[in-house]
Amino acid sequence: MSPSHSQRPSQEHGVTETPILEIRGLSKAFGPVKALSDVRFELKRGEIHALCGENGAGKSTLMNMIAGVLQPDHGEILIDGTRVSIPSPSAAQRLGIALVHQEIALCQDATVAENIYMAAINARRAPLMNFNRLYAEAQKVMDLLAPIPVRTRVADLSISNQQLVEIAKALTLDCKVLMLDEPTAALTESEAQRLFAIVRGLRDRGISVVYISHRMAEIFSLCDRVTVFRDGHYVATDPIAQSSPDDVVRKMVGREITQLYPDKLAPQEPGRLLLSVEGLSDGDRFSGVNLELHAGEILGIGGLIGAGRSEIAQTICGLRPAASGTVTLDGKALHIRSYSDAVKAGLVYLSEDRKGSGVFLDMPIAANVSALDLGKLTGSLGMLDRKAEDRQASDLTRQLGVRMAGIDARVSTLSGGNQQKVAIAKQLSIDPKVIIMDEPTRGIDVGAKVEIHRLLRQLAAKSTGIIVISSELPELIGLCDRVMVVREGKIAGELGADELGEEAIIMLASGVRNSSNQEKQAQNVA
Amino acid sequence: MSPREAGETLMHAEIKADGARRINFARLASMREAGLIVIILALCIAMSFASPHFLTWGNFRAMLMSFSIEGIVVVGMTILLIVGGIDLSVGSVVCFSMVVSGALFLAGLDPWTASLIGIGVSALIGAAMGFFVTVVGLNHFITSLAAMVIVRGLCLVITKGTPLSLFTLPPAFKAVGQGSFHGLPYVIIIFVVVVAIFDFLLRRATAFRKVFYTGSNEKAAQFSGIKTKQVKFWVTVLCSTLAGFAGVIYMARFGAATPTFGAGMELNIIAAAVIGGASLNGGSGTIFGAILGMALLSVVTSSLILLDVSVYWQDMIKGCILLAAVSIDHFLHRKKS
Ligand SMILES: Nc1ncnc2c1ncn2[C@@H]1O[C@H](COP(=O)(O)OP(=O)(O)OP(=O)(O)O)[C@@H](O)[C@H]1O
Ligand SMILES: [Mg+2]
Repeated sequence: MSPSHSQRPSQEHGVTETPILEIRGLSKAFGPVKALSDVRFELKRGEIHALCGENGAGKSTLMNMIAGVLQPDHGEILIDGTRVSIPSPSAAQRLGIALVHQEIALCQDATVAENIYMAAINARRAPLMNFNRLYAEAQKVMDLLAPIPVRTRVADLSISNQQLVEIAKALTLDCKVLMLDEPTAALTESEAQRLFAIVRGLRDRGISVVYISHRMAEIFSLCDRVTVFRDGHYVATDPIAQSSPDDVVRKMVGREITQLYPDKLAPQEPGRLLLSVEGLSDGDRFSGVNLELHAGEILGIGGLIGAGRSEIAQTICGLRPAASGTVTLDGKALHIRSYSDAVKAGLVYLSEDRKGSGVFLDMPIAANVSALDLGKLTGSLGMLDRKAEDRQASDLTRQLGVRMAGIDARVSTLSGGNQQKVAIAKQLSIDPKVIIMDEPTRGIDVGAKVEIHRLLRQLAAKSTGIIVISSELPELIGLCDRVMVVREGKIAGELGADELGEEAIIMLASGVRNSSNQEKQAQNVA
Repeated sequence: MSPREAGETLMHAEIKADGARRINFARLASMREAGLIVIILALCIAMSFASPHFLTWGNFRAMLMSFSIEGIVVVGMTILLIVGGIDLSVGSVVCFSMVVSGALFLAGLDPWTASLIGIGVSALIGAAMGFFVTVVGLNHFITSLAAMVIVRGLCLVITKGTPLSLFTLPPAFKAVGQGSFHGLPYVIIIFVVVVAIFDFLLRRATAFRKVFYTGSNEKAAQFSGIKTKQVKFWVTVLCSTLAGFAGVIYMARFGAATPTFGAGMELNIIAAAVIGGASLNGGSGTIFGAILGMALLSVVTSSLILLDVSVYWQDMIKGCILLAAVSIDHFLHRKKS
């Protein structure tokens, strides 16, 4: 379609401004699924370039091809104006390309330090390693982001901290192009701010950054230009200054999104008491947690990474042992020994770690959706009713807008956001009394997020109790009727609908007004 | 519209049509099974030219007989592989069940009760392994390796190292292993029934779906309220129980209980399951596939014998075939996903 390009592009105005990275006419299909069709993309030297698109638009696929993880079917990749082929991740590294994957891909049994210097260790000639130096250097890099002790085993870190390690790993590589695929999906505001400072610093040193995120606010405060993909096609590239969040969303979704968050509960009448937790402690990460949830309301839980939010939720549900405290569900004291007791009682938990404990990657979508309550789908003689299973999966995936080849496709063939939708579908497939969702919209695009929030509101209206743990302040503020903030394993405070605001939450979460010193301490808990 | 654009539009249309057709993963699995069937048939045809004895009912019956009883053990092993475990002790347990039942019979018990006890103690061995795996937290490989040695030792202790001669077994009992119904050996009938039942259950029963969840991602299964330890425990017990069941059929067939019987059987069984598509990482496998894997190994063995290949070479050739089959499968699978 396009006239053949000369080897040396963009020589207009006499200035040679060769983009550091250029993609031309790139296509990629997975069997019958066309992930990318004839897309283009251009990254200038020293810019931060946002890449936007709905879940399944093909963003990660493009990144994976540039990083040598996948091979394109057609099209060319140019680095510094020269056409290159990138057959493997190590080839990408040699070309100065680094990618922070959307899915965490760390060696779980190795220490943080070993993970951070994995690539460097790999390239080393010396037969022996100097561990003390390794630790010291890794700590230096890690401290730029968060004070995570580098001798910790990765498996012992929370998902957000693993995400930070993943980023630190990329920072050690000597790269020209840094690609970040949803780096902040699991981070809270303060960690994200540190990351932005680092990314800006890199840009000022001439490094070019591709930045993928579903958070519009971030994109508009950090990036210089934005490219939008829709359904595997290139839509547009604009300078941020000449664009607006509404404009980007319209290009992504193909329609206008008018109301980002559903209407909240009318202030006067919270329903009956559904869940009450008193004096809950696990003897380690948190203590003395009291919490009340009423029918019809959505309760938010905020706090910094490592404050103990997930631990509290998992302990309530019996996924972790409690040292003391009581949990009362719908007027009945719960004696939970394992999570299956909680599920039977009507209390379910959506894990923040979608790959590790949220989905069955190599099983079909339909089987994933029905995992939580097989009993409902079991007919006489203990046989599974496949038709009912398929129907349930079709209904829920349609409602959540999962982009897939079919409900028999494996979850591993879905994009990150669509995998998350399957994890949510599983939670919605049963009719629980209380749902606790840990980062429910992690990695989910703007349009689908609106849909999920609307569904949650509908559930709440049908008097299901909903607790949402979120690192995204706008989500807490926009969705929840009430927000509790956790700091260092204790409830730091509670904000009613009229007090909700980013600043109020941050202040409670860090425990101070202005001193950043103590904020650091709060993070140290991580 | 340029020709190229037109072509692309057309291509899009085709892709849409293709995408609309649901990718059926059950069908993908059955494609693997179809592949195995093709390989087995091809081998049979080639062999029928090479040896006039191959395509005879007698030879087929012999082959079927030879893998029927092992096939019962393969069923249990496949389910255990799906849950993410492995059992190296099956050969020893087969022998143990045989030796215990035989010894009890010689001590004066009637053979049916003796057999039930033999199967029962096999289940207990499974329960013991299940305990070490789920409560103590050891892995299946090490636990069953230890069990393999311990149980073999017990067989030697019980028999004092010499085979038990059981020619006094009543004819009604011997018939289970040696008799036939209208020319069809009972052994084959039992095998087909066991396979049919478990294949059906594995595809359809809710309880067995939990086996797939646990093997696919144990943590996610726990986070779905599935008691994964229980699942692993019972599958371990099931595998040993089926091995014990096979043991008593062997006893009926041979009218003897040899303390060294079944040594090395576990490798053949694991190989069959893996050729048939069971993954050592858990989460996938079918019983029908595993039985086809067994059939393939059996056809190969029979061919090697008929072709007069020296016994010294046979193991090596079988090993190479295992490697080839698994490599091809791995390659095909990589391409698919
Ligand atoms: N291995 C695979 N097999 C089959 N289809 C795949 C595979 N990987 C990706 N796809 C498909 O390619 C499309 C693009 O996926 P991709 O991961 O690039 O989306 P994305 O833009 O990164 O979305 P998200 O915002 O959810 O991360 C999706 O429709 C997805 O289902
Ligand atoms: Mg992605």
